[in-house]
Amino acid sequence: MQIIENIYSILRSIGLVFMHAFHKRETVQYPDEKPYLAPRWRGRIVLTRDPDGAERCVGCYLCAVACPVGCIALQTTEDETGRRYPEFFRINFSRCIFCGYCEEACPTYAIQLTPDFEMCEYKRQNLVYEKEDLLISGPGKYPDYNFYRVAGLAIGGKGKGEAENESAPVDPRGLLL
Amino acid sequence: MATIYIDDKPYEVKDGQNLLQACLSLGLNLSYFCWHPALGSVGACRQCAVKQFKDENDKQGRLVMSCMTPASANIRISIGDAEAKEFRQDVIEHLMTNHPHDCPVCDEGGECHLQDMTVMSGHHDREYRFKKRTHINQDLGPFINHEMNRCIQCYRCVRYYRDYAGGRDFNVFASHDNVYFGRHEPGTLESEFSGNLVEVCPTGVFTDKTQKKHYTRRWDLQVAPSICVHCGLGCNTTPGERYGQLRRIRNRYNGEVNGYFLCDRGRYGYEFVNSAQRVKQVVYRRRDDAGVETVEKAVKGDVLRYLARLLADGATAIGIGSPRASVETNFALRALVGPENYFTGMTALETRLVSSMIEILKTGPARTPSLDEIGDADAVLVLGEDVTNVAPMMALRLRQSVRNEPMAVAHKIGIPDWNDAAVRGAVQTKKGPLFIATPAATKLDEIATSTYNAAPDNLARLGYAVANAIDPEAPTGDRVSAEVRQLAETIATALKGAKKPLVIAGASCANECIIQAAANIVWALCKTEHAAALSFTAPECNSVGAALLGGRSLDEAIQTVRDGRADVVIIAENDLYRRAKRADVDALFEHAKHVVVIDHSPTATTAKAEVTLPAAAFPEGDGTFVNNEGRAQRFIQVYVPEGDVQESWRWLRALRVATGKADVAEWATLDLALASVEEAVPALSGVRNCAPPPAFRALGQKVPRQAHRYSGRTAMRANINVSEPKIQEDPDSPLTFSMEGYRGELPASLLPSFWAPGWNSAQALTRFQEEIGGPLRGGDPGVRLIEPAAGSAPAYFGDAPKVFAVRKNDRLAVSLYHIFGSEELSALSPPLAERIPALYAALSPSDAEALEVANGDTVELRLNGAAWRAPVSVRPDLPRGTVGVPAGLAAAEFLSAPAWISVEKVSAT
Ligand code: SF4
Ligand code: SF4
Ligand code: SF4
Ligand code: SF4
Ligand code: FES
Repeated sequence: MQIIENIYSILRSIGLVFMHAFHKRETVQYPDEKPYLAPRWRGRIVLTRDPDGAERCVGCYLCAVACPVGCIALQTTEDETGRRYPEFFRINFSRCIFCGYCEEACPTYAIQLTPDFEMCEYKRQNLVYEKEDLLISGPGKYPDYNFYRVAGLAIGGKGKGEAENESAPVDPRGLLL
Repeated sequence: MATIYIDDKPYEVKDGQNLLQACLSLGLNLSYFCWHPALGSVGACRQCAVKQFKDENDKQGRLVMSCMTPASANIRISIGDAEAKEFRQDVIEHLMTNHPHDCPVCDEGGECHLQDMTVMSGHHDREYRFKKRTHINQDLGPFINHEMNRCIQCYRCVRYYRDYAGGRDFNVFASHDNVYFGRHEPGTLESEFSGNLVEVCPTGVFTDKTQKKHYTRRWDLQVAPSICVHCGLGCNTTPGERYGQLRRIRNRYNGEVNGYFLCDRGRYGYEFVNSAQRVKQVVYRRRDDAGVETVEKAVKGDVLRYLARLLADGATAIGIGSPRASVETNFALRALVGPENYFTGMTALETRLVSSMIEILKTGPARTPSLDEIGDADAVLVLGEDVTNVAPMMALRLRQSVRNEPMAVAHKIGIPDWNDAAVRGAVQTKKGPLFIATPAATKLDEIATSTYNAAPDNLARLGYAVANAIDPEAPTGDRVSAEVRQLAETIATALKGAKKPLVIAGASCANECIIQAAANIVWALCKTEHAAALSFTAPECNSVGAALLGGRSLDEAIQTVRDGRADVVIIAENDLYRRAKRADVDALFEHAKHVVVIDHSPTATTAKAEVTLPAAAFPEGDGTFVNNEGRAQRFIQVYVPEGDVQESWRWLRALRVATGKADVAEWATLDLALASVEEAVPALSGVRNCAPPPAFRALGQKVPRQAHRYSGRTAMRANINVSEPKIQEDPDSPLTFSMEGYRGELPASLLPSFWAPGWNSAQALTRFQEEIGGPLRGGDPGVRLIEPAAGSAPAYFGDAPKVFAVRKNDRLAVSLYHIFGSEELSALSPPLAERIPALYAALSPSDAEALEVANGDTVELRLNGAAWRAPVSVRPDLPRGTVGVPAGLAAAEFLSAPAWISVEKVSAT
């Protein structure tokens, strides 16, 4: 009895495989033909710029701490007006698992994963990307967000009380307030 | 003990607490802002609301502030009650209506009490749709950054700065939701304890400006338990490192030492470790026959072999230790050169002063109190010490001690200690007895009952007179003036009337009679059945350890070299030019054939050395310091330094191995080195126990130096090499340079930092204490090496000094101390260097008149051929016949006492 069942199963499998010859092809002729990758596909990580063209990353370290493999290291610094930005920003792509946690943690939309996976290297060392390699010239996804316009921190060109939804600074010496 | 019911569960709590304290001690989560364990409750923020019920049948209950409600027996409360929860959530929502959208760029982020409490209370949706009120920030000096928009008006800062630390230049301004916490105008905060605002403020209004320059989040810092090196009190600290650089110092609670706070010297003096000038390589200075010097970097092995050759062949080597080097380093030096060739590195006078303090504490009946106990004293006499500038945290404790006596008023009407506003209301401005007798006015004078400024000998005479007033058998000086006798009577009465009288003295006046006078006073008190305490300040972080180890003085070392009895001089972490006369030290360098200096920072001494070996600064190595209390405390390596840098004791051990005096296995670990210390020096027995040995494991695991959230471990060194290096070994402690290991209950001396789930800020501490404000679980770190002798008190010191006699031409040098500047290492730290005063020579008005000089005129000080010019500062508080010289800033000869200096006006030409 068992043996008959087994023979049936083998024949059925052969039949199913054979039927695939008449199905639509899933395999594409990569690299001549490129697959469609959705905009939210999680590939090569970039650092974006805000709508004003300045670096979006404020060096908050949240992406680094969210990264489960610890492959992001950075050092924050400030310009003379108090604006925070990363002095260096390094991703070791030989460790990155493209989980996208960094993008999720980023409060400024600076770090984004892109639909690109073509980054193989013969030398592992070449998979270490610095800020210059990561920074792109546009805002990527979320083109309108500018963290410094909402934050309370004063930076060059935006004093206290000039952020969105802020009133002018109070004068603590004013008696009638 | 009382039983209280929280959410229908009975709990045993200690009497005399409030509900918030009780809940936190029990490990329950309850949000709060304005209560602070050291500042008490005022009920200002309304964040700690709980429901209180009349009895088990009461289902209605009422909201009460847990920080303002005593945890009395059988009280029934609920933390989880829906109404209480909603109330707490609403409060935080209201507190945050104007809060900026700043966390990513806020230095408090990741250790923010406001973040923690927001998460704890469950507030997550902002409903307030109107504009946010904003404030202009102030520049508060080199230590503290101000970002006023983040304030939630809890009032902790003012309460700390004004009420607790006695600062005056900080306050709250304006009204309602405009209230502003800052100075009346931008400017440097004057308090020596301003840095604590960073930890007291639950938000990012006050943050560490020095850390901001190389900002790192708390979770990215590699930390280990450490000890402050900037004075003799040995406050416990937590240094944090990232990318091989020391990023900040935070307080590490030790219930018996510094408690919740640090002074600004301790907090901001760390940057000398990061200096580009640091000694980081073995340096060899070659001098050819023509005397031309070339400096070259040398290879470690070559230099060790060269030194081994020097030390062999029957050459005599002497070792000069240091009161700022660890016990291990001093001991290793002693072992290398032999006890007969080992010198403490302190001058004869300093050796004598510190040894006599130890002797007094060991042979007498008076106990030396811990720093914490100093705050419990209810009558204090300070003899000769400018406490604020010499032992800053002791001054902060004294500021609390004056509250003890008047507190009786509050106790009488049943106000508990934690009810801060009520206590302050009852006490008003009354202060308990504090008498300050110093050469010049000090900052603590403002809270003193009475003060007395006189030359050091006269201060000692006052001390003798006090002892005599307590016990007529105690000797007193001749010709004691009526005024001094009157003051002595007052002081004696106050000390006798107190429950915990305390006398503080030290080495600042470089006058042994003052130390003896202090001993006489406490011994007289002890004899008349008053349990008096005696506390000495110690000049440096390991002065007491160095003195316990013993050895001859620097003066004798110099003489030995001068006499040609030493070929090789090995100096460990000591800048001799800061201690002895320039001419003498020059002579030492001239006569010694070879000088080897081991140090971490460049000094005038390293500049002269033939071989300089790079030593580890405190966060780069392990060791033990003994503080003024005689408490041995361990500091554990925070990070592994680059290159050849290693602990001085390891260099000395390497030399011992190279010369064949020891085999390689000797002192392979710190613990083994300490075993030798204990064996050779009975006075130091116990040093080994101040932290568990390197073999200690908690559930088979080591203790991680890195937080479990430590980031970037596979990227931080990837630019150098994409393959991660192996974790560095630490042979000296049970800590590991890793995120992995045991995180739970640990001996307090090994706790790298205080963190608990949901508690990311410094407030996590309550989870590690036996009770709020009490000892850490398992006992506070440190081992006391000095305990009073049992039995009868030794005989009084006789012979008070003669009345100070003003000399016609010369003036007696009096060291005036500065919290910023007088200590060697912190003065090398750039943020602190900004606060170092300009040089001056202080004169009393009558001396200034006699010399025909006014403020700002230049005078020349001359002593034994050395000359020094400085502008005059006329100080009415200075006794006639003296000249005040800034300690640590002026040349050593003018500070060695008793120095009679000729002062002359330099006419402007
Ligand atoms: S989370 Fe975003 S803003 Fe923060 S450091 Fe990373 S990239 Fe920069
Ligand atoms: S104070 Fe706390 S909650 Fe406010 S911005 Fe800073 S980190 Fe965020
Ligand atoms: S500045 Fe900080 S401590 Fe002061 S009231 Fe505001 S939040 Fe509280
Ligand atoms: S009081 Fe002394 S030991 Fe304490 S922090 Fe200040 S300098 Fe350091
Ligand atoms: S902590 Fe109780 S009211 Fe602020």
